[in-house]
Amino acid sequence: MAHDHAADTAHHDDHHGEPAKGIKRWLFATNHKDIGTMYLVFSLIMFFIGGAMAMIIRAELFKPGLQLVDPAFFNQMTTMHALVMIFGAVMPSFVGLANWMIPLQVGAPDMALPRMNNFSFWILPFAFTILLSTLFIPGGAPAGGWTMYPPLFLQGGNYVAMAIFAVHLMGASSIMGAINVIVTIMNMRAPGMNLLKMPLFCWSWLITAYLLIAVMPVLAGAVTMLLTDHYFGTSFFNAAGGGDPLMFEHVFWFFGHPEVYIMILPAFGIISEILPTFSRKPLFGATSMIYAIASIAFLSFIVWGHHMFVDGMPLAAQVFFMMSTMLIAVPTGVKVFNWSATMWRGSLSFEPPMLFALSFLFLFTIGGFSGVMLAIVPVDFQYNQTYFVVAHFHYVLVPGAVFAIMAAVYYWLPKWTGHMYSMGLAKTHFWLSTIFVNVLFFPQHFLGLAGMPRRIPDYAVQFSDWNMVSSIGGFGFGLSQILFVIVIVQCVRGGKKASAEVWDGATPTGLEWTLPSPAPYHSFSEAPEIR
Amino acid sequence: MRVIRASDIDHRISRPRGFSGAIALCIAALAAVGLIDTAGANTSNGYNLPMGVTDLSQNMYALHMEVFWICVGIAVVVFGVMIYSMVTFRHSKGAIPDTTMVHSTKVEIIWTIIPVIILVVMAVPAADLILKQEDTRNSELSIRVTGFQWKWQYQYMDAGEGVDFFSTLKQDSNFARQLGSGVDPKTVPNYLLDVDKPLVIPSGTKVRLLLTSMDVIHAWWVPDFGAKRSAIPGYVNELWFKVESGKEGIYRGQCAALCGRDHGFMPVVVDVRTPDDFKKWVEEQKAASKQAAAPADVPPPSAQVLN
Repeated sequence: MAHDHAADTAHHDDHHGEPAKGIKRWLFATNHKDIGTMYLVFSLIMFFIGGAMAMIIRAELFKPGLQLVDPAFFNQMTTMHALVMIFGAVMPSFVGLANWMIPLQVGAPDMALPRMNNFSFWILPFAFTILLSTLFIPGGAPAGGWTMYPPLFLQGGNYVAMAIFAVHLMGASSIMGAINVIVTIMNMRAPGMNLLKMPLFCWSWLITAYLLIAVMPVLAGAVTMLLTDHYFGTSFFNAAGGGDPLMFEHVFWFFGHPEVYIMILPAFGIISEILPTFSRKPLFGATSMIYAIASIAFLSFIVWGHHMFVDGMPLAAQVFFMMSTMLIAVPTGVKVFNWSATMWRGSLSFEPPMLFALSFLFLFTIGGFSGVMLAIVPVDFQYNQTYFVVAHFHYVLVPGAVFAIMAAVYYWLPKWTGHMYSMGLAKTHFWLSTIFVNVLFFPQHFLGLAGMPRRIPDYAVQFSDWNMVSSIGGFGFGLSQILFVIVIVQCVRGGKKASAEVWDGATPTGLEWTLPSPAPYHSFSEAPEIR
Repeated sequence: MRVIRASDIDHRISRPRGFSGAIALCIAALAAVGLIDTAGANTSNGYNLPMGVTDLSQNMYALHMEVFWICVGIAVVVFGVMIYSMVTFRHSKGAIPDTTMVHSTKVEIIWTIIPVIILVVMAVPAADLILKQEDTRNSELSIRVTGFQWKWQYQYMDAGEGVDFFSTLKQDSNFARQLGSGVDPKTVPNYLLDVDKPLVIPSGTKVRLLLTSMDVIHAWWVPDFGAKRSAIPGYVNELWFKVESGKEGIYRGQCAALCGRDHGFMPVVVDVRTPDDFKKWVEEQKAASKQAAAPADVPPPSAQVLN
């Protein structure tokens, strides 16, 4: 008993200390805010690395003919761009937001498992060092697409082992992050905060965390089979040895489709926080929003076949996967309608987070429409593997997930730093991003419909015009993101003091707004009251 | 060898058809800011699926347009409501929020049921078309198509039994596409979409392709036929199409599945001829291969080495 008490005291003292000085603060970080910051900075760096690869892709596609890079290097760029953006930029930034905001929103002093939290972050720089270093080894980086389909992926050299090890590390990191979110939400909510009173961002993350735990091991299994096929003479996917290359696609997309929702559900949560604030009106149908997220998550497990219609599938399976995929449009529609109803008869103002949220609403919905079109099996035969698909998933990932992340940063940045940022610069960043993202991706619908396959470094001359437009949009979008960094750096350094509520005049709801800005290093050491 | 008429070279990987208001508006907007040169429009300014020359591709096109217009309709309503809210309910105009409006079971049931109905409307014709697509019975000509890195092999069965050849990117394209070749792709006819030896098929005939691969996964695609299917090692995938009589000509497509370094450089070209011309072509091929086989008394090079 006495011993326990001593341990408690030590623990207590530790928590109330100032942050450690220098590098130790970050290396040994157990504070959710520090770890959240590291996740966010890391993902921003990865966003620029992945973005630089996209710039190379768009530069090569600016004109027909090969001007800049070898086709093999082009394939490395498309593959690495996807891996870096998915596993390095989008996923870690959501984990960073979860780290920062979930304890603040549920009234907890920290994440439930702070040391595991540290570990799950610090795995990532190593994972990406391994992955990115493949660019400099003989034979180059993975070039078979981020989906790593055998036999093509297995034709590679040393990158096979390095990429697979990196994917294992990323998976481990994600699973630990997810466990932390679930344990925190389940055990550390302030007294009185029952699950239905919990903010939508926490809800979306809770469901996302279950998805992560369910599917990351599936990915690990798939890539482990690739590893043994390549190095240990097994024939899981080798047709000559009695294996089945299609089985990889099934296993991969059983991970891959829930993965898509892992990258969008937290975005739904963010939008559900921001729209009510700047509409000065509570979220419409909050409970049905939660059911909608849960049903999207459930459905995501039974739609994987829609990635493989052209690969040959029994008739019944084609019809089943078409129906189940189309069904996802129903809960997604409910969400869009609820968001629209939230704005209806509200009192809207257009601060940068709201602008990004509105842009999300329009452009994500466009991505949803092309998603419904892609679900229709017979026409999917025309769309599949073309730029139409590229346009679709970039619409849901860039003005979808990425804009939601930017909206979240603009929403909570004053809470994190204690300063308001430059509204003018942020709005400029918004307008440039929204205009260029459409110039970049909208013409890709036309290219795909007109017959341009994806993942090609050079194209027939009839695709020249739209490719040039798309590339111009790409360069514009890439350059605009420098403004994002400028806004953030300025805001961290100083600026007008932000109040506790930050968005005075609007109606931000949630426990995070009861804390002063910046949120103190240790918050909610005593549980807040929930009415 | 048949002389290729100029009219044959009017092939389309896609042809702009079926204007949509929304898309036209977007193009007009882009043209207005001078981003594209619509004045010099040619077939390369395609922005929609081709109608194509088979029953299947036309059905696909019709379904595509149906689903597209439904999406446009929904978009008009949903975006209309959003834009109306953004214009009308502005804080700066002194709008007072109605904070009691938080939930309505009736409305929520309505906007769950209506999308379900719309989806059923789309799914029924789609399921119908899947049945048609998958029905490879009673085909009149079967061709085995094998993907290689980076070329296609065509082996004829039935009436073409014995015809067997490879089809690779044509030499002028292959030269022009090299890094730093200095050749302007616009000067190369059918840049990247031409082969040394196209697949020849008869019109008005149900052709079945049996697709497989010898190395990695490829995908055989001709947009005008509405025909795309993966060629996977260890699998034989089936695909059929029937080009209407009177639509003879040359049709082009590309490999649609990432298959390595030269994935972008293995086009598919199909030369559709009348059944009579096709028969003649098969005879020519057989005669040519007999001729080629004639001096086969000389042992093949590998055997010489062994001796």
